[in-house]
Amino acid sequence: MKTYDLIVIGGGPAGMAAAISARENGCEDVLILERGSSLGGILNQCIHNGFGLLTFHEELTGPEYAARYAEKICALNIDYQLNTTVIRIDREKKVTAINADKGLQILQSKTIILAMGCRERPRGALNIPGSRPAGIFSAGTAQRIINIDGYMPGHNVVILGSGDIGLIMARRMTLEGAKVKVVAELMPYSSGLKRNIVQCLDDFGIPLKFRTSVVKIHGDKRLTGVTLARMDDRNKPIPDTEEFYECDTLLLSVGLIPENEISDEAGIPLDPSTCGPVVNNDFETEAEGIFACGNVLHVHDLVDFVSQEAASAGKNAACYIRRNGLSNKERTVRLFGSDGVRYTVPQILNPDRKDEDLTVRFRVGEVYQNAFISVFFNDQCILRRKKPIVTPGEMELIKLRKEQINQFPDLKSITIKIEKG
Amino acid sequence: MEIRYITCICCPFGCQIEVAVGSGGIQSISGYTCNRGLNFAANEVNHPERMVTTTVRVIGGMQPQVSVKTRKGIPKSEVFRCMEELKSVEVHAPVRIGDLIRENICGTGIDVIATKDVQQINFQNFSD
Repeated sequence: MKTYDLIVIGGGPAGMAAAISARENGCEDVLILERGSSLGGILNQCIHNGFGLLTFHEELTGPEYAARYAEKICALNIDYQLNTTVIRIDREKKVTAINADKGLQILQSKTIILAMGCRERPRGALNIPGSRPAGIFSAGTAQRIINIDGYMPGHNVVILGSGDIGLIMARRMTLEGAKVKVVAELMPYSSGLKRNIVQCLDDFGIPLKFRTSVVKIHGDKRLTGVTLARMDDRNKPIPDTEEFYECDTLLLSVGLIPENEISDEAGIPLDPSTCGPVVNNDFETEAEGIFACGNVLHVHDLVDFVSQEAASAGKNAACYIRRNGLSNKERTVRLFGSDGVRYTVPQILNPDRKDEDLTVRFRVGEVYQNAFISVFFNDQCILRRKKPIVTPGEMELIKLRKEQINQFPDLKSITIKIEKG
Repeated sequence: MEIRYITCICCPFGCQIEVAVGSGGIQSISGYTCNRGLNFAANEVNHPERMVTTTVRVIGGMQPQVSVKTRKGIPKSEVFRCMEELKSVEVHAPVRIGDLIRENICGTGIDVIATKDVQQINFQNFSD
């Protein structure tokens, strides 16, 4: 059986950047397995602009951003299989995949990079009472129907959740002639980017109602309307605040979940906060030689950060092969988020291997103004950075210099906190 | 004098900026906290622009439509006219990224270009 150096699961932005970086760092036999019919993943249906400002210093659309990487995959002669679903991986780095041409394949690799991305939270994950008529879509499904297949899923629209995809779809459907009546958001803030609230809602006068949710679905065969109500602090509907909206379409933009079924089945430990694998500073999971990057690791706001992270994972996978599979995990430092910091990625630092600065990405649980991001090495505060604003909708990052880390030989834990100003 | 309210998009803070507009143009701007916000508000009042991204029909392609964009921002007031003009546009496969789809959309001087490749459908695939 042929042994690959690296099998990348998923050919979206993370998988492509990881494969390219691994090849550029000396990995020879690289194979990408992609479930869809082309490379690029979800970028292919994200036809709006705003991608690539950090990576290419220009504003690209999703398909253009994907094409830049797909061209490089071809130029580097990196092997890939499309329409191919991975159904199983194991800790021995055996990958089981199926497609229509080759049937069932069992492939052996020296390393694996998990780059499966995420999927949308469906209606079943919410507690919306009522019947099950047609006309209720996740925002990403509607995006695919309009942008790829070329149909309009409906004409009078209510959107539940103010995540970025919901906001983007409010504009898209408005431009295509639909009437978007309202966006309802359970939380007192939006998890979407500011520029999307302004350019997708404000530009078209679409109201955004906070602390509001759907309490009733109307309609039998097809959706005929929804009832919205204001919610109290315990997310219970406030009596007499119900409002009926006539609509034939309800879009759900209520969060994304990393798609980790095959990681979980392989016994790779997952972080309950991110729903992605626990990784160290090499983006290596707790299964040796299996790495993770992109939205399967934690959900990102910007693809540029996905590409950066994935390039780093690809390079580290190449290094792992050069080291002949030996992971140096002698010293382990745990990273923690507390006091408003929901999670950190990575969750583990192996400082003996650290020959570069450490980038820690994290998210906060609510909006903080004029607060401090503080970093503690054991119990000692080593960094306190003032931020005018941090919000759950925008991922934060902090860089720790390797000299700082090396000055602490008995470092056991790194804690990141929000301290109010 | 008219007061225009603008939410700044330069950073997550989202300052609420008030712009007083008189017959001679902008009279005063308040509520911003940095120069980026000041410039953003002035631009939004004087000549707001938006890039339009949408799709047009493809004949004989592997996919039924191709994604397109205006090469740059067009005046915000022209966005819906741009959509209307593109509704009737059809292109023949193959289409390559960057191909010209519509010249000088709505007389703005700005072209609409393809943002995706769409290959020609190969009927030989279906003959056997």
